[in-house]
Amino acid sequence: MAKATDGLDTFPKLLLHNAKAFADRPAMRHKDFGIWQTWTWAEMLDEVRAFSIGLQDAGLKRGDKVAVVGSNRPALYWTFCAVQALGGVPIPVYADAVADEMVYVLQHAEVRFAVVQDQEQVDKLLSIKDQLPKLEYIFYDWQRGLADYDEPFLKSISALQSEGRAALQANAAREQEWLSEIAASKGSDLCVMLYTSGTTGKPKGVMLSYDNLVISSRNANAFDGFDENDEIIAYLPLAWVGDHIFSYGQSLTSGYCVCCPESPETVTENRREIAPTYFFAPPRVFEGLLTDITVRMEDASKIKQKLFEYFLGVANRVGEKILNKEGGVSLKDRALYALGEFLVYGPLKNRLGMTRMKVGYTAGEAIGPEIFRFYRSIGLNLKQLYGQTEASVYVTAQPDGEISADTVGTPSPDVEIEIADNGEVLYRSPGVFMGYYKNDEATAETKSADGWVKTGDAGFLDTNGHLRIIDRAKDVGRLNNGSMFPPKYIENKLKFFPNIKEAVAIGDGRDYTTVMLNIDLHPVANWAERNNIAYGSYQELANHPLVYKMMAEHVDHVNRDLASEERVAGAQIHRFLVLHKELDADDGELTRTQKVRRSFINERYGPLIEALYDGSTEKYVETEVVFEDGRKGKISATVKIQDADVNAPETMKEAAE
Amino acid sequence: MNVHTQPEKMNLSSGREDGIATGEELLRVDNVTLRFGGVTAIEDISFNILKGEVRAIIGPNGAGKTSMLNVINGFYHPQEGTITFRGEERRKMKPYEAAASGIARTFQNVALFTGMSTLDNIMSGRSLKMNKSFFAQMFYYGPARDEEIAHRRRVEEIIDFLEIQHIRRQPVGKLPYGLQKRVELGRALALEPDLLLLDEPMAGMNLEEKEDMSRFIIDVNQQFGTTIALIEHDMGVVMDLADRVVVLDYGKKIADGEPADVQANQDVIDAYLGVPH
Repeated sequence: MAKATDGLDTFPKLLLHNAKAFADRPAMRHKDFGIWQTWTWAEMLDEVRAFSIGLQDAGLKRGDKVAVVGSNRPALYWTFCAVQALGGVPIPVYADAVADEMVYVLQHAEVRFAVVQDQEQVDKLLSIKDQLPKLEYIFYDWQRGLADYDEPFLKSISALQSEGRAALQANAAREQEWLSEIAASKGSDLCVMLYTSGTTGKPKGVMLSYDNLVISSRNANAFDGFDENDEIIAYLPLAWVGDHIFSYGQSLTSGYCVCCPESPETVTENRREIAPTYFFAPPRVFEGLLTDITVRMEDASKIKQKLFEYFLGVANRVGEKILNKEGGVSLKDRALYALGEFLVYGPLKNRLGMTRMKVGYTAGEAIGPEIFRFYRSIGLNLKQLYGQTEASVYVTAQPDGEISADTVGTPSPDVEIEIADNGEVLYRSPGVFMGYYKNDEATAETKSADGWVKTGDAGFLDTNGHLRIIDRAKDVGRLNNGSMFPPKYIENKLKFFPNIKEAVAIGDGRDYTTVMLNIDLHPVANWAERNNIAYGSYQELANHPLVYKMMAEHVDHVNRDLASEERVAGAQIHRFLVLHKELDADDGELTRTQKVRRSFINERYGPLIEALYDGSTEKYVETEVVFEDGRKGKISATVKIQDADVNAPETMKEAAE
Repeated sequence: MNVHTQPEKMNLSSGREDGIATGEELLRVDNVTLRFGGVTAIEDISFNILKGEVRAIIGPNGAGKTSMLNVINGFYHPQEGTITFRGEERRKMKPYEAAASGIARTFQNVALFTGMSTLDNIMSGRSLKMNKSFFAQMFYYGPARDEEIAHRRRVEEIIDFLEIQHIRRQPVGKLPYGLQKRVELGRALALEPDLLLLDEPMAGMNLEEKEDMSRFIIDVNQQFGTTIALIEHDMGVVMDLADRVVVLDYGKKIADGEPADVQANQDVIDAYLGVPH
C-alpha cells in the first residue's frame, strides 16, 4: 500500500483515497443500542463531507482552531477530518478535565468552535463561555437533555450534517470547492495541537504537522504489518497522542477499522466482542486484567484450578521460547503447550478479547516482569514501546522476537537516538513536533536547532542496541567516584520482588549506593508461616535473620543485574537495611499516591543513613509515628545493617578472563 | 445502513415544550378515604396532578404516602371518594388495568426479578404491549419475531438513556442498590407511561447516586414528557425537582402548593419537627 499512497500527505487526502480503495470495507464501528453499527470508508467520507460543509457554512476558515471534547465516539473522530479538510486545526481536550482546567487550554489555543460529546460537556463550556470571547459555536453529538437549551450558538452535529447535505444538493459546485480546499493543504501544515497534561506548570500545546503524524503512522504500520484487515478498539482519551496515532493516524494510513465502545464501562466486554488485532494499554490495565483472572480462578472448581496451574507452569517454561520461535523446546513440551492452548490459553485469551491480537503494546511506565511474562507465555505478542507527544509517539519499540521486560526496544524506523553526557536520551525523527504553541522559549529548551529533542528521561543503549530507560533525568545523581546513580531504577528492580514493598535508594554525592527496604507483610508472613518462623510483630519479622537472608538474596540478584549493564554497574548496592516500620502516607513518608518522599525520608531516617555509611552493623533508632486516629507515638528498634556482595562489572570480567 | 439515531420522544401526547406543565389535568383525587379495618390510612384527601408536571408527595413516616400511591395505581380500593384519570372516573381498578391505561410505578423496596438480567427485567415491562399470541411467541417466528425486535429496540433506547449498557447481561440481584433502582426505573419506562409513580426513588443512595437519579428523573420528565408523581424524603431533592408538592400527615392533607410555599408552611414544619401537645 505504501506506493499507492505516496502523494497523500494529509489525512483528508487519505480519507478520499480510502473511500475509493476500501470503499466497502469497515472504517469505523460503534456499539449503539446494543448493536455494532458499521460505517464503511465510503460512508465515513459521506459523513465527514456533510459535517465539513456544515462547518464551512458556520464560518470555519483555514487556520481556525476547533476544540474536541468527549470520549471515543465516531462523530468526534470525524470532527478531526472534517476540520482538517478546511485547513482548520482540531484540538482534542481531556474530557474529564473540570471546567476551570479547560479554560486555560481553550483560551491559549484561541478556539472558535467546540465539538463536544454530550450535555455534560456542553454545560462545562457554557459555565466558562464568558471567559472565552473567541468561542462562537458549540456542536454536540448526543442530544439527551439538551432539547430545551435555546442558546443560538448550540447545535447538534447531525443538524449541522443535514445542513451540509442540503447545501451540497443545492449547489453541486460545493463538492469541487471542498475538494480543492483539501488539495490546498500540504504535509508541512499544522495538523493537530495536543496539550500535554502539565504535571509541572501550565499545559503546553504541542504542534504536530501532517508530515509528523502521517510518516510516523506509516512507519508504525510497516513495523508491525498492519493493513486494512486489522481492527482496534478505541478507548483511550482523545487528547492523548497515543489515541490520535492508533485510532486516527494509523487507521487512515493503513485502512484498518476503529471500533468505539458502547460506553467507557463496557470496554472490556466490547473488546471481547471485537477481538482487536492490535491493542495498546498502559501496564495497569494488564495488571488489572491479570488480577481479575486470578481472583476468578480462585472461585473456580478444583479441576479447573489444577488445569490452570499446570498449564500455566508449562507456558511459563516454554511459552516465550515458542512465541519467539527459539529452538530448544522438546517435542513433549510442544505437545503439552498445544494441549494447553486448547484447554486453557485459548479460552483465557477469548475471555480477555485477545484471541486475534497480533500485537499488543504497553508503555508509559515500567511493567512488572512477571506480568509481562505471563501474557507472553500464553502466546500474546505483548511488546513495549517508548514514546512522547513531541515525537508523535514512536521513539523506540521492540521488534518481534527481541523482547525483554526491562528494555523499551530499538529505535523506531527513521528515528535516531543519542545519549547526552548527563545520561539524558535525545532523539531526532520525522515525527518531531513543530514546536510548542505560542511558547518559543519552551520549544528552544526542548528542541535544538538541528532537530534533537530532549526526552527528560535518562537511559542508555544496551549491547544489543535496545534502549533502557532508567529514571527521570533530573532524579539521576552521581556517586563520588563519578558513576551514575539512578535511584528509581534500582528501587523498581527491588520492588519487582513480591516480598519487597518499598525501597529507598541512597547514593547521590556518596561513596556507594545503599538501600532501605520495607518488607511486604502479606507474602513475607505467608512465607514465615510455611517455614515455621515465629514472630510477634511486623518489627520482629522485619528484623528476623532469615528475612535478612532472603533480602540479601534479592539484593544480590539486583546487583548481578546491575553489573551486567555497563552504565549502571557502578551503582550496585553495597549495604542495606530492613526498616522496622512500614513507610506510610500518614507519617508523610509517602505521598497519597504511594510515591516515596525522598527528601523527607532522608531527614527522618538521618541516623540510619549515617549508619549505612559509617560501617556500623546495627543502630538504635526511635521514630515518631502517627496512628490512624491522629495520636502520636514512638517506636524504637535496633535495626541491623548488612553488607551485600558486589560484583565486578561484566565488561571488566570479560577483560580479566 | 446505520441506525445511529437519538432516542426520540416516546410519548408525544404531552404538549409540554419547555419544562412547564400545560395546566391540563391528568389525574384528580377527590375526597378519598382509605381504611384498613379501624385504621384510617387516608382521610378525605383531594388533589390533582397536571399533565407534564413533577408532583411530589411528602410527609413524615406513616403519613399515608405509599398508600396514596397504591390507591392511584389501583392496588388499594378506597372506601370513599373518586379518582379521575384522563377525565375518566373510576372507583375500582386492578393494578394491571392501571398499568394498561398508562400508569407505571417503582417501589420503595426494589421489586425486580433478581435472577433475571437487566435486559430481561426491562423487557418484562413491555409484556403489556405485546400483542402476538402465546404460541406465536413460543415459536418466535415471523410477526412475533418482528414484534420482539421492535420491543427490544425500545428497551435498548431505555438502556442507552439510563446509561446501563455495562450491566445489560448481568443478573440484577448481583447489582449494587443504586443500579437496581435505575433498572427498576427502566422497567417502569418500558411501559411508556403517561403517569409515572416513583416511591422513594432515592432512598438509601449516596449523594452521587442521588444526583444521577435526579438527572434521570428530570430527563424523563422533559424528554419523554412523562408526568411524574414521586414520594421523597430528601427535601433538597424535592425542592429541586418538584413543580408542586402535596404534604400528608396522619392520613390528612396539611399543605399543597409550590415547594417554597410548602417549605415555609408552619403546619408542615410542625409535622416534621413535632410540636408539644
